[in-house]
Amino acid sequence: MREKLFEKILLLCALSAVTALFLIALFIFYEGLPLIFRIGPANFLFSSNWAPTRGHFGILPMIVGSLQVTVLALILGGTLGLACAMFLAEFAPRWSVRILKPLIELLAGIPSVVYGFIGVLVLVPLIRRTLGGPGFSVLAAGIILGIMILPTVIAISLDALNAVPLSYKEGSLAVGATRWQTLYRLTLPAAKSGIIASLILAMGRAIGETMAVIMVAGNALIIPKSPLEPVRTLTSNIALEMGYASGTHQEALFATGVVLFIIVALLNTFALLALRKKV
Amino acid sequence: MKRRPLTIQRLVWFLLALLTLFTLTILFFIIGYITAKGVPTLTPEFLFGMPERMGKEGGILPTIVATIYLALLAIVIATPLGVGTAVYLTEYTRESALTRIIRFGADALAGVPSIIFGLFGFILFVIYLKMGWSILAGSLTLAVMILPTIIRTSEEAIRTVPYAYREVSYSLGGTKSQTILNVVLPNALPGILTGIILGLGRSVAETAAVIFTAGSSLRMPRSIFDPARTMAVHFYILAREGISMPRAYGTALLLIISILVINAFAYILLFRLTRRFR
Repeated sequence: MREKLFEKILLLCALSAVTALFLIALFIFYEGLPLIFRIGPANFLFSSNWAPTRGHFGILPMIVGSLQVTVLALILGGTLGLACAMFLAEFAPRWSVRILKPLIELLAGIPSVVYGFIGVLVLVPLIRRTLGGPGFSVLAAGIILGIMILPTVIAISLDALNAVPLSYKEGSLAVGATRWQTLYRLTLPAAKSGIIASLILAMGRAIGETMAVIMVAGNALIIPKSPLEPVRTLTSNIALEMGYASGTHQEALFATGVVLFIIVALLNTFALLALRKKV
Repeated sequence: MKRRPLTIQRLVWFLLALLTLFTLTILFFIIGYITAKGVPTLTPEFLFGMPERMGKEGGILPTIVATIYLALLAIVIATPLGVGTAVYLTEYTRESALTRIIRFGADALAGVPSIIFGLFGFILFVIYLKMGWSILAGSLTLAVMILPTIIRTSEEAIRTVPYAYREVSYSLGGTKSQTILNVVLPNALPGILTGIILGLGRSVAETAAVIFTAGSSLRMPRSIFDPARTMAVHFYILAREGISMPRAYGTALLLIISILVINAFAYILLFRLTRRFR
């Protein structure tokens, strides 16, 4: 009897995560979808007119903004993070990796608001002085997000590179290849799916990040034509207006959440598939 | 011509070393900058004083209390669920459709952006369940957010407990539940604690999910049904509305110190655990 009860309780616990996921999807869609269908998905997704208090709900600038900022972050953070992971995996002395890897992972815990704060104080004025424009811009948001995803990219790619069997490398080095040739021709391709997964996970983090982006992006309701112009992302749109929105305006913010949820769900599915292939 | 691969290797080495150095510089610059600017503000009066004029003057005691309440309650809610899930996945099932669904749920939940948790917590806990902006609503939201971390680390910790330990328990007549409670869980404890501590760190650092569920009242919370403002939210408001820069630096430094200490604890525990069974 007692054993059966124990197992039942555990099963209930085990269903908590799926239930939570289901509830999140249910509530976001339940609150957001009706508005999307009332004004038509095309109007919602492809109109640039966002004036929710006057009945205009076009989130195209935010979609474009989110994508621009995320792609920029991925280019910057991906390049730096991968270079760092490659160096730590192949060239850096063992003792330094043992110190640096936990340190880098510790940095993943720094609150996003702190990154945003540094962006406002250091990066935004720097961009304003050297490149012009208001400083609050796609560029600023992309750089801050790029820095924020570094720990994710480094940690997961490094694990992937280290997971390549040593015998592969020994074989390559034994036939006279240099360490770089081995890394470039053998270890990188072998760790490919892990590295891709790290980039997709980082992309999910970047597109989902809110507070840091609000602080440095300027949040203007335009489709930016240059990286120096201000931008508003999907996440900032929700967080900026949630404080005072009600009625259809609030529905529109949940509808923005629906779009964000779908984008992130797709990205995560790709990441999981890439990681599963690793073995 | 024959030496070219080595020349390339030296070039690449130099380039990668430079990029690595650059990356590390950026990351440590952030900590150094906040530390340098924040240290003068971190006085006892700041830490243990009540805020005045919306935080422009005075201290941050209520936000520290709110952060502790919120994070601890989130842990209390999420830990039994997370550890229960991990035990069920490791001790009671083989790979099946059900375990795949459970794992998928945990993995997918880990990828949900915090602002979505904020929306969800707001509509379900604050509005539908009529909790209002409160520590309870904030903690429930955070609990859902940190659940995947606790599940995954607990699962790994339980798997590191050698099978022989369980066999000894069974051979002494222990039932399955006795074995789990008296043998498996105590031996997996450091790893489980790691997950809990990492969850604690995430709860302390979180802003977007908390601001719409726990609110931003600066008053000292008296119960879990009161609204509250955490350190992270307070820092965000101070910085974004430019209320007081020295106090923003001070709050940021305290936030970073707490999180680095919390996470360092987690890593030390994890390090101990991996050493014990290898």
